[in-house]
Amino acid sequence: MLLLVLKRILLGFITLFIVSLITFSGVEVLPGDACTTYLEREAYGAALEACYERLGLNTPAYERYISWAAGVLQGDFGYSLSGEMRINDVLGPRVKNSMVLASASILIGIPIALLLGIITALWRDKLPDIIISTITIFSMTIPEFISATLLILIVAIWLEWLPGIVIVPTGVSISELLPNIILPVIAISMIMTAHMARMVRSSVIQVMASDYVQMAILKGVPYWKMVFKHVLPNALLPAINVVALTIAWLLGGVVVTEVVFNYPGLGRLVIESISNRDLPVVQALAIILASIYVSINLIADLMTLMLNPRLKSLQIKK
Amino acid sequence: MDSAVQTINNLTIGFTSQKGKQISILKNISTTIKKGETVGIVGESGSGKSTLALAMMGYVKHGLYTISGECLFHSNNLLEMKNKDLENIRGRKIAMIPQNAGQSLTPNLKIGYQIDEALKLHTDLKKEERDKKISELLNKVRLPSPEIMAQRYPHELSGGQQQRVAVAMALAGNPELLLLDEPTTGLDVTTQAHVLELLNFIAKDTGTSMVYVSHDLGAIAQVSDRVIVMYSGEIVLDGPVRSILKNPIHPYTFGLLKSIPKLTSPGLPDSMSGSQPQPGTIKTGCSFYERCNFAEDNCKNNSPNLEYIDDLNTSVRCFKYKELINVKETNLDTVKSINNDVLQNEILDISKVSISYAKQKFIDQLLNKIDDSNPTVQDINININKGETLALVGESGSGKSTILKSIAGLLKTKDGMIKFDKDKVLSNDLKTRDPGFLRAIQLIFQNPDESLNPNHTVEEIVSQPLRLYFGLKGDELKQKIVEVLEKVRLGEFYLTRYPRQLSGGEKQRVAVARAFAAKPDIILCDEVTSALDVSVQAAVLNLLQELKEDFGTTYIFVSHDLAVVRAISDRVAVLYQGRLCEIGPSKNVYQLPSHPYTEVLLGAVLEPDPDVKPKLVAEDIVEEKPPEQGCSFQGRCPRILGDICKNEVPPWQIGENGNSIRCHIKVEDLKKQQNIN
Repeated sequence: MLLLVLKRILLGFITLFIVSLITFSGVEVLPGDACTTYLEREAYGAALEACYERLGLNTPAYERYISWAAGVLQGDFGYSLSGEMRINDVLGPRVKNSMVLASASILIGIPIALLLGIITALWRDKLPDIIISTITIFSMTIPEFISATLLILIVAIWLEWLPGIVIVPTGVSISELLPNIILPVIAISMIMTAHMARMVRSSVIQVMASDYVQMAILKGVPYWKMVFKHVLPNALLPAINVVALTIAWLLGGVVVTEVVFNYPGLGRLVIESISNRDLPVVQALAIILASIYVSINLIADLMTLMLNPRLKSLQIKK
Repeated sequence: MDSAVQTINNLTIGFTSQKGKQISILKNISTTIKKGETVGIVGESGSGKSTLALAMMGYVKHGLYTISGECLFHSNNLLEMKNKDLENIRGRKIAMIPQNAGQSLTPNLKIGYQIDEALKLHTDLKKEERDKKISELLNKVRLPSPEIMAQRYPHELSGGQQQRVAVAMALAGNPELLLLDEPTTGLDVTTQAHVLELLNFIAKDTGTSMVYVSHDLGAIAQVSDRVIVMYSGEIVLDGPVRSILKNPIHPYTFGLLKSIPKLTSPGLPDSMSGSQPQPGTIKTGCSFYERCNFAEDNCKNNSPNLEYIDDLNTSVRCFKYKELINVKETNLDTVKSINNDVLQNEILDISKVSISYAKQKFIDQLLNKIDDSNPTVQDINININKGETLALVGESGSGKSTILKSIAGLLKTKDGMIKFDKDKVLSNDLKTRDPGFLRAIQLIFQNPDESLNPNHTVEEIVSQPLRLYFGLKGDELKQKIVEVLEKVRLGEFYLTRYPRQLSGGEKQRVAVARAFAAKPDIILCDEVTSALDVSVQAAVLNLLQELKEDFGTTYIFVSHDLAVVRAISDRVAVLYQGRLCEIGPSKNVYQLPSHPYTEVLLGAVLEPDPDVKPKLVAEDIVEEKPPEQGCSFQGRCPRILGDICKNEVPPWQIGENGNSIRCHIKVEDLKKQQNIN
């Protein structure tokens, strides 16, 4: 078991190493560099040379990669171009904001998704299923920029209940941030919940059709007891991995929603730093997002392993 | 007269087809299960026997519904009962033992919990009393160390143990009626015999009524007092076990019994033509008319009623039953003996072959070396002559399929060599094997549902070997496909069909056609009849034999069914844990003296005769891997000598019948111990 965890962690690091190589070399081969971006029109002659000198860009690429990677390993991503801020200072509040948004969406979206999925499966082809399934399929098909814009139009502009876009500074405290995230959370949850509910529904239906559930019924197990003891633990196991991917997506992939609501999260930072050609930040973001995906998937796999008695004893035997 | 536990009156269950038509699965079933009685329900797949068993618990599968009739438990109609009331009957008054215990036990719950759940629901016992009862129940179904068992998860048990747990769970509520849905199908021969013996013991011990549903007449014969034969959703015969199995007065039962291969009468059994009509087929007249050898015009136009014959205590649905009353018992045994033209010409030489499933270490992988001192299959030496049928027999885990895969090149051997046609060494690896050899050795798999590509038509399936090996195209290809299909008795009409549109027997015929299309020298048959109904099995066996006689093909036939092997093979090799135990001409292997393992296997065979009981000479424990040293069968051998069996690999001895036995016991002593003259 421990060996397996160590193996997976090692594999995770190898993945991150490859990601860092790819992003680093990607940035290398792109035309233009930090200095040409920074100096803009004055990027020639002595000024450019001085800039290269100052930023250490005239050393060979592999040397720069090593010193950059060594920094990253110590938690130091170096300096950003715009304003020459420490990247750590740029990223910190963004990571926090994204976490707030993600946690709120998870806390609201996942329970609703599980509930809807279970209801639709248990009342399969009956009225509750038909109504909920229609709604979930509908909200799955509307792109988030449309649903987000509609939400702003209705809730913020017509009803004037909540602020339409987030206009607080990036580094505000969580309590100040909270009222601002309600609309983004709703917009994100709509899609996320719909996807997960469909997944849970099909998983529960599959387990309900299994021999062991028929056996439990024939044993005289009361309906709800059967659902909670025999169906749900087996049906929800495969959902763990989907939940994990969703969390990873929430932390960095909700770019469109963050842009529409002007939310200061990681997703918007990606867009901003790419359009500013702030390459050190892009590199840092790539590494951070990759590590989020790797670690969350690792946790999900380990949880599946712990909760599934079949896999657990398989590992112990080996 | 005994009191009735369950009475079924005019029960019809069906579904509504996509075209809105009502289609019946069960048609007008009426029968009574008496107290303490064991009733066997026999029928082929699609006969409605499982639907009937589930209806006896008031359970109708998703999509089906009751059209008319009732299922009375004492005097309550289960089919109209509320779920809440049913919960008090299911598991308490009526309990079910399912077909596949492995899939019927909830995977995330421990064995002890699942039995406890039944106890909690159906008894008033307190926690400590229930714990005691769990141990008692596990003891009763003869599971070793019950306390440890109770803490295990279902997947940590062997198939036989899972089935025992299912029995224990069913007994928890002390039911009046036990329903068993194919409880031994899928178990090994010896395990099956043990489970049946246990069920018999429980029936006697508890006085519970039992309904035993199975397609296996051998199992039915061992447990039932009364037998109901179902065909196409109807009861066609219902009477005492002896009269049904020894003098069947319905043509279907007659044909069914004739199509079962038996140890006592070697040779190929007669097959029944045709197949059971699909539900919803419009019919006037008897549903068995098309397959019946006794049919006359009346049978085509009028359907017979279930008629009770007083002096036989039997009900039968046939106009012509009187003709069958006088048919002698021996007529059930008419078989065609096989007569293979075996040339003294070696076509395959398997020498010193070992195969390992051990996971290679990283370094060994680099060095392309397999390091396993105790491989799954070890030291197999077999020569096969041209035109011969060699059978490999053994229980699951005996390595018989593994050997087939190695011959086919699907699995690398660890040691040893496989030579084709005397001197041509077959490459270990499929990729480097000469295409000519690939063509020469074809494989037919157990389950045609999985071995035929569902998205290919029959034409595409059969055309592949023809295009691949012979480069045929266009009209020539089509003509050849039709020719091959006709050989397996499928007409041109089948070309555009997809596998899902075929019956089980037809699918297996397509698989046979695909193998023969390559004009192979050797065909490897991996449990090719195991997934088929008995009547279809006989037809496929006959077909394989005819094709062999036409083409002079050599078969290597893997099966767990000793009677099937007896019917079709010239020579038999018995395997245990990947080691050969005995090999020789089949008539000699099936005679004592034998290797103790062969003796155990032969003793466990279930004959469709209530007067022939299986002999259980060894425990049905499951060994996960072969012992490190000594004889492979030492763990279960009923005749073990002592240390010599544990330390030394036994020598080959030539038995007096010309079969080779690998045992430390002298053949003469074996003969004495096995009590034969």
